[in-house]
Amino acid sequence: MVTHTPVTSIANSSAAARKHGGAFDVLQEWITTVDHKKIGLMYIGYALIFLVIAGIEALLMRVQLAVPNNTFVSPQTFNRLFTMHGTTMVFFVGMPILFGFGNYLIPLMIGARDMAFPRLNAFSFWISALGGVLLYFSYFAGSGLYGAGTAPDVGWFAYAPLTARVFSPGHSTDYWTLSVLLSGIGSIGTALNIVATTLCMRCPGMKLSRMPLLVWLYFVTSCIAFIAISPLTAAQIMLLIDRYLGGHFFDTQAGGSAVLWMHFFWIFGHPEVYILVLPAFAFANEIIPVFSRKAIFGYPAMVAATIGIGFISMGVWAHHMFTVGLGPNANAFFTLATMVIAVPTGIKIFNWLATLWGGNIHFTTPMIFAIGFLFQFLIAGLTGVMLSASPFDWQLGNSYFVVAHFHYVLVGAILFMIFSAFYYWYPKMTGHMMSEKLGKWHFWLFVIGFHLTFDFMHIPGILGMPRRVYTYEADRGWAIWNMIVSSGAIFQTIATLIFVYNLVWSYFKGPEAGADPWDAWTLEWSTSSPPPSYNFAKTPTVESRRPLWDLKHPEDPDANYE
Amino acid sequence: MSTAVAISHPASEEWKQPSRGIVGMACLIVAESAIFIIFVVAYIFYMGKSLSGPTPHDVLDLPIFSTICLLSSSITVHFAVHELRAGKIGRSSWWLAGTVLLGGIFIASTAREWYELIYRHGLTIRTNLFGTTFYSLVGLHASHVIAGLIMLGIALIFSLKGKVNSSHADRLEVLSIYWHFVDAVWVVVFTVVYVLGR
Repeated sequence: MVTHTPVTSIANSSAAARKHGGAFDVLQEWITTVDHKKIGLMYIGYALIFLVIAGIEALLMRVQLAVPNNTFVSPQTFNRLFTMHGTTMVFFVGMPILFGFGNYLIPLMIGARDMAFPRLNAFSFWISALGGVLLYFSYFAGSGLYGAGTAPDVGWFAYAPLTARVFSPGHSTDYWTLSVLLSGIGSIGTALNIVATTLCMRCPGMKLSRMPLLVWLYFVTSCIAFIAISPLTAAQIMLLIDRYLGGHFFDTQAGGSAVLWMHFFWIFGHPEVYILVLPAFAFANEIIPVFSRKAIFGYPAMVAATIGIGFISMGVWAHHMFTVGLGPNANAFFTLATMVIAVPTGIKIFNWLATLWGGNIHFTTPMIFAIGFLFQFLIAGLTGVMLSASPFDWQLGNSYFVVAHFHYVLVGAILFMIFSAFYYWYPKMTGHMMSEKLGKWHFWLFVIGFHLTFDFMHIPGILGMPRRVYTYEADRGWAIWNMIVSSGAIFQTIATLIFVYNLVWSYFKGPEAGADPWDAWTLEWSTSSPPPSYNFAKTPTVESRRPLWDLKHPEDPDANYE
Repeated sequence: MSTAVAISHPASEEWKQPSRGIVGMACLIVAESAIFIIFVVAYIFYMGKSLSGPTPHDVLDLPIFSTICLLSSSITVHFAVHELRAGKIGRSSWWLAGTVLLGGIFIASTAREWYELIYRHGLTIRTNLFGTTFYSLVGLHASHVIAGLIMLGIALIFSLKGKVNSSHADRLEVLSIYWHFVDAVWVVVFTVVYVLGR
């Protein structure tokens, strides 16, 4: 996306000279880089490519489901589509795009030269990238050398015993396992890097209590990643042992347990939701105050709520398994734990509202996406509370109501905040503003498409439509709802195309941004746009949570109020 | 304000932050612990659920000697770091060599145990649930021991070649933390597999 970074340090001047040598040199510079900003951008670019691929998969599924008894794709293809869509979106879009922003922003926000372990950073990126490539290589090699090849079709949570060799022959499931395993190793590496950077690389004066909330939230996210992603890695190793060495972990014929896989998967799977959503909260924590022209309301409460979410998220996984029949005690425990998590989340929503309250709100594109996020996340949370009640879940588990609920979180909250972050930090990353006019078109079309698709998707779920069916009979009464849901996808597609066009157009034609186009307060805006490879000419020193406010208003520094 | 910095008052107190090596290793240990916990949970969950023999009671012996060796190696690696920090490179090398030797004895006796299990008792990873969970859990730990031995071996070679000095003490300490972790995991594995599981 971005290919020019002003290179001024002596060490890199030879690289600048070589840059004119041709595309090969530029390519070499990017492949061998250990600069956190370049790695961050590569994460983001790679996630955007997979976003388009997985988006196309979603579109194909919506075409198939738009009318009853459709034969647009075969049942086998449909199984592959939803498996690839889910796996790609979680592991190769959500994780890398959020880690990309984290990589880019955290060192800048805490006044550091780079991440704590730059080479580990490059390793983590490339191992995750290999995972994504392996997943899609399965389309060519999934059946091994003798067949034409197919992609995995076991669903994104790959329940046992469907993943056993007898039920999933060929290598497609192995490609799924290996790609998720590699992505997990990359995520652990990056999470480790973020924690070490946060604790060890802060500039003088940047106490933990003065860190931007974005850094705090990424810190907590990374801590969750250690405890959440490792169990998945362990479970994938067990699955590989079963498939290749003839082990019996999930082999029900030999006394193994299919439910054990469900536990192991969801011990990862539910905290993963918070790994994805906390960075979205992190963006909101930076963007909402700047465009309300107020400091964030309740900084300590925000930190405490985040840590609370981190702890509670470890004890809610089995609400994905109510329909298994866990018994009354386990049901009661997981119902209560799941409801409790609404408390810290609610605190956050009230804090954002209180930040907006009485503020001088600027309705720029990043801000309108953030406000959209606020309301949509509330609704997503409310359907979450509904589903946390196990009797309700018995009725609607594995129906389109659940699909609508989690897409409300993933699209309505996380994707909206990712778009917001793009509009907000794009000027810093490229030195050019994005078009506000195209941004507004993007927002309104996407909002319309989003609500057409995901509001109406709840209804066929309540009417009993199960997820993962490739088609349905005309007399079920689901046809009209599915048509509305599918038509919303068209708006979302057009909006996304506008966004991609805006990204490219603004890079060449966007107005110059300057160092600080939003009149913001955190350290990344104190250096040039895009920042030089060394980030800061002189290591900054901070005295409050809003160092640039102090700089611009020496008569009234924040330190007086903290 | 292109590359300007925020207000640069001299920091009033000295600015101290933890060592990134130790923080990084601590993070790795948390992540690795989660992996081990899942394998231990699987082992405990499947205890006594094998549909066929052999059972742990029939075939497992307490590996007392190798356990003593591995746990002692935690002490030797501690002294290796201690001597290196004091600048006594020669002594540090001896302690490192002792650590590698003790770890090597542990791995060798695990190898002998596995050989006996496979060829005398006919227990492989595909025999029953006990075989699957036993080889996975003990093997996961053994692979961590091997990784540690490779890193300690590299440190020993550098040390013998005279390329190590007291400024490397922090790095050796990070490695020693990993080694202590591997030992601590063995205490858990020993308890679960050889004491409770038998």
